[in-house]
Amino acid sequence: MDKGKAVMGSGRRWAVELTDNSTSHSSRDIPDPPGFTRASQEQDDSAVSKQKKDAEANWKSQKAWEVAQSPFKNLFMMAFMMWMAGSTVHLFSIGITVSALLQPINALRGVGKVFEPYKDNKVDLLAPKLVFIALNLAGLGLGIWKLNTLGLLPTHVSDWVSSLPPPQEVEYAGGGIQLY
Amino acid sequence: MKMAIRVFLLLFMFFSSSYPTFSLYEDQVGLMDWHQKYIGKVKHAVFHTQKAARKRVVVSTEENVVASLDLRHGEIFWRHVLGPNDVIDQIDIVLGKYVITLSSGGSILRAWNLPDGQMVWESTLIGSKPSKPLLLVPTNLKVDKDNVVFVYGNGFIHAVASVDGEVLWKKELASEGIDIHQIIYPDGSDKIYAVGFLGFSEVAAYQLNVKSGELSKPSNLLFPAGFSGDLSFVTDETAVAMDSTGTILVAIHFQDGQIRLHQTPVSQIIQDFSGTAVILSSKIPGMFILKIDSSVAFIRVINEGKLEVVDKLGHTNSISDSLPLSDSQEAFALVQHGDGKILLTVKLSGDWTSNLVEETIQMDHQRGIVDKVFINSYVRMDRSNGFRFLIVMADHSLLLLQQGEIVWSREDGLASIVDVKASELPVEKDGVSVAKVEHNLYEWLKGHLLKLKGTLMIATPDDVAAIQKIRLQSSEKSKMTRDRNGFRKLLIVLTRAGKLFALHTGDGRIVWSLLLNSLRKSEACENPRGISLHQWQDPHHHALDENPSVLVVGRCGHSLDSAGVLSIVDTYTGEERSHMGPLHSIIRIIPLPFTDSLEQRLHLLLDGNQQAHLYPRTAEALRIFQQELGNIYWYSAETNKGILRGHGVQKNCVLEETDDFCFDSRDLWSIVFPSESETIAATATRSLNEVVHTQTKVTGDQEVMYKYISKNLLFLATVAPKAGGPIGSVTPDESSLVVYVIDTVTGRILHRMTHHGSQGPLQAVFSENWIVYHYFNLRAHRYEMSVIEIYDQARADNKDVLKLVLGTHNLTSPTTAYSRPEVVTKSQSYFFTHSVKTMAVTSTAKGITSKQVLLGTIGDQVLALDKRFLDPRRTANPTQAEKEEGIIPLTDSLPIIPQSYITHSLKVEGLRGIITVPAKLESTTLVFAYGVDLFFTRLAPSRTYDSLTEDFSYALLLITIIALLVAILVTWVWSEKKELQEKWR
Repeated sequence: MDKGKAVMGSGRRWAVELTDNSTSHSSRDIPDPPGFTRASQEQDDSAVSKQKKDAEANWKSQKAWEVAQSPFKNLFMMAFMMWMAGSTVHLFSIGITVSALLQPINALRGVGKVFEPYKDNKVDLLAPKLVFIALNLAGLGLGIWKLNTLGLLPTHVSDWVSSLPPPQEVEYAGGGIQLY
Repeated sequence: MKMAIRVFLLLFMFFSSSYPTFSLYEDQVGLMDWHQKYIGKVKHAVFHTQKAARKRVVVSTEENVVASLDLRHGEIFWRHVLGPNDVIDQIDIVLGKYVITLSSGGSILRAWNLPDGQMVWESTLIGSKPSKPLLLVPTNLKVDKDNVVFVYGNGFIHAVASVDGEVLWKKELASEGIDIHQIIYPDGSDKIYAVGFLGFSEVAAYQLNVKSGELSKPSNLLFPAGFSGDLSFVTDETAVAMDSTGTILVAIHFQDGQIRLHQTPVSQIIQDFSGTAVILSSKIPGMFILKIDSSVAFIRVINEGKLEVVDKLGHTNSISDSLPLSDSQEAFALVQHGDGKILLTVKLSGDWTSNLVEETIQMDHQRGIVDKVFINSYVRMDRSNGFRFLIVMADHSLLLLQQGEIVWSREDGLASIVDVKASELPVEKDGVSVAKVEHNLYEWLKGHLLKLKGTLMIATPDDVAAIQKIRLQSSEKSKMTRDRNGFRKLLIVLTRAGKLFALHTGDGRIVWSLLLNSLRKSEACENPRGISLHQWQDPHHHALDENPSVLVVGRCGHSLDSAGVLSIVDTYTGEERSHMGPLHSIIRIIPLPFTDSLEQRLHLLLDGNQQAHLYPRTAEALRIFQQELGNIYWYSAETNKGILRGHGVQKNCVLEETDDFCFDSRDLWSIVFPSESETIAATATRSLNEVVHTQTKVTGDQEVMYKYISKNLLFLATVAPKAGGPIGSVTPDESSLVVYVIDTVTGRILHRMTHHGSQGPLQAVFSENWIVYHYFNLRAHRYEMSVIEIYDQARADNKDVLKLVLGTHNLTSPTTAYSRPEVVTKSQSYFFTHSVKTMAVTSTAKGITSKQVLLGTIGDQVLALDKRFLDPRRTANPTQAEKEEGIIPLTDSLPIIPQSYITHSLKVEGLRGIITVPAKLESTTLVFAYGVDLFFTRLAPSRTYDSLTEDFSYALLLITIIALLVAILVTWVWSEKKELQEKWR
């Protein structure tokens, strides 16, 4: 764009503006074609659009709730997978547990993004968001619980003392049966 | 998906429950292990050099080995190791095809087939009282068409048929108290003579009929002055003996049942003689050898007991037995020592002045002096006699000399190893030449390509052979520098001859050897003997430019209070850095856990007066020792008295001359075992350099058990005094075995347990917090192994996770033995099939790897038994958590898995000891087993979890990576092209 302007500035004889600037405000300085009034169009649509907007808001809030509840199904699915994986540490159970931990965390990080499409002045997104967060936290909890049952959380004494070297001894005694 | 999980779980369960075995594939034998065969110091040698057969020499040794050696190369044709109590007295060859051995003090006579060493027959000759064993093999005497062998042993004379070992007749000779010294068979007669001393001052001769053993009346002659020492036979009719004062020579004649004596004072034939003389045993016709102070005189016996000195030699030397030559003459060899060489002369017994052979041979100074010489003759091309000399040196090595050259040599001193220590090799220096690298690279690539071919199964048989050769001769393993994994080390071994050898762990070759100056015979030290080896200097952290060294402790005599000698030997160069002694007696050696700035370990040497001497004798060592003086204790187990005593080290000792390095000790405690019911059978302690990784043991259900780990623990076992004999000599009710675990600082008995109806021999190992011991259960008629594990209950309360997270616990703070220990022991016993000669435990660098107990079995093999089998927490039905932890269900006996014999198909004959040395690689430990044979291998008790196997094909990996890179490149170019085409569409 900059380049184009620079070329124009250097005295090009003619140019065709191919971009449609009809909706942008930059083209407001160009007069409207005869018989076209911009203001009347906006006023005419208002009644219809209001109805439409209400429906849309409804739909959006409905969808937002749906989205908010979606982790619930996931939760069951996860629980089932965990049960299948058993309580021994191996590749499969670790994989499931890691995914069970990562999924809620990713979902929580992207809460804003998930509810972005349903953002509306008229829709109250707080409640669905809270539900969504709560369910994901539940999922996370499930993951952590699984981690604990696998014994991968350092909650036991054994996790902290297992590599403690034996204590030094103050005294030293040697000797034995005499050498022959 | 579900199926996959199930399969996975099943597989997992399978792998976690299967016992790990550590077997080798057939082609892996010899890759990391080596085996060397020895025979020991040769006592007797009989040559067998008939034209038709292969030339060989049959020898018997002090390690009770009878062996047939190839006379050309010195290799062993066959070899038999008799038991430790079956000492070989005599050997000979009969009928030209049987080797006869007389052993166990003349009570067992065996015949072995000469070509292959199979035993042909064995006769047990029973007698009444022990006597000097004698063997007489007449060359051409036949009784009922049988060749006969005469054996005198245990007071009886036996005539044994040499074909089948049948005893033809026997007669008791010792009934009248006669001590037979010689049996004589005059060629062609039908009588044999048995000559000996009756009491102290009477000569007696018996005459026996060869065919029936009929005894004719003995002839006696009293010699009031009395005899000392042996009868030395000069001819079949004449013997020489010394009187009890050691100044008069007595010539004794036997003729037709008559005995005549002829006395000659030594001073009469040898000028300026004073003191006493000793007759050396020799077998030269017409001549005997008299030892006077430091010189020897050769004295000829002229008829009627007249003596004449032939020659007098100043040096210590060796003389062989005489050897009959073809023309009815007898020759013998004389060895004299020069400066770094030996002089060999062969003389005819009748003619002293002329020499048949005179040879000078360069001899390695490290072999010491010649101990024994055996000769054998052959007929040269020009019909003259040539001679072979088999010589045994002071270091017990065996050499064959012929025509002034050493034909072969055997380092048979290695059959009698006393102690072993491992030493590091020097670090590799920078600046490897380019040419060498290129060569190596080419070789490396070639080798790996061959390996790759082998992996892909496209190798021809020739290639397979080449691969095996490359693997066996890998230059890597025999390099003289330290390697990253710590597999290459030097094994410093001390032999009974007082010689140090450094063996390379890669291929077992001798890097250097040293006959220690301090252990050579000298005026001040008559009978030096090496006792033990200790790590003197082992630079790891500082003083890295110092070479490591070992301390060799020896003793001058056989009694406990004889003077001690010390040597410090550099392990890189094999040079004796310094030697001390003779000094105070050495009863015990205590390596202290302190080192000085040169990383020299402090040692306390305790003498017979309970005084402790500190070494090294430097001011710095003294300062370090003074700081720790109050914390150093020592204990003594007096096996003969049945007392265990504890001592503390006190102030300097009170002597005439002040010695800052001498310390008195005071008695602190003593444990007296009741002498009527208990005698000390065995003790075991942890090795000083054992590394323990953790103080806890975590069980399957996340519980923590704190191990009671202390270096100051002593395992001591006592048996009933009656049960000291062999198994079966007592009834179960009379015998019991008591085991103790004792803190050696305070003398506190931490654990005591009685095994009723059990007896020794007891073998035990102590490692970390557990003890494993092996004994015999008389009630069950089986061997048993028991394990004791000791846990610290005082630490068990540390259950606050937060404290542990913040590190505010006191679990790692230093502990003292005077704090009240609360220990809990767990123990369990199992039956075990084998009897065990020796026991050891694997040790690794950091102590993380699980342990194996190494058992030297009665069959002279080494069996590795996983510690998991010796776990007192084993139950018949382990819970799920216990199973996951790896606890094996309890069985009544320990399994012997054939693949876990680490010696695979080999035998370490006469196995006496096993040592383990940690490699730098945590998973791996080096094992060295010694006896008459030597065996070395590498073990990975939990498999090599920290490195790729040696068979890993790096070439395959490289090729895979390259192929993948090429594939990526190709697909990338291809996709670029396709994309471009898409765009042009």
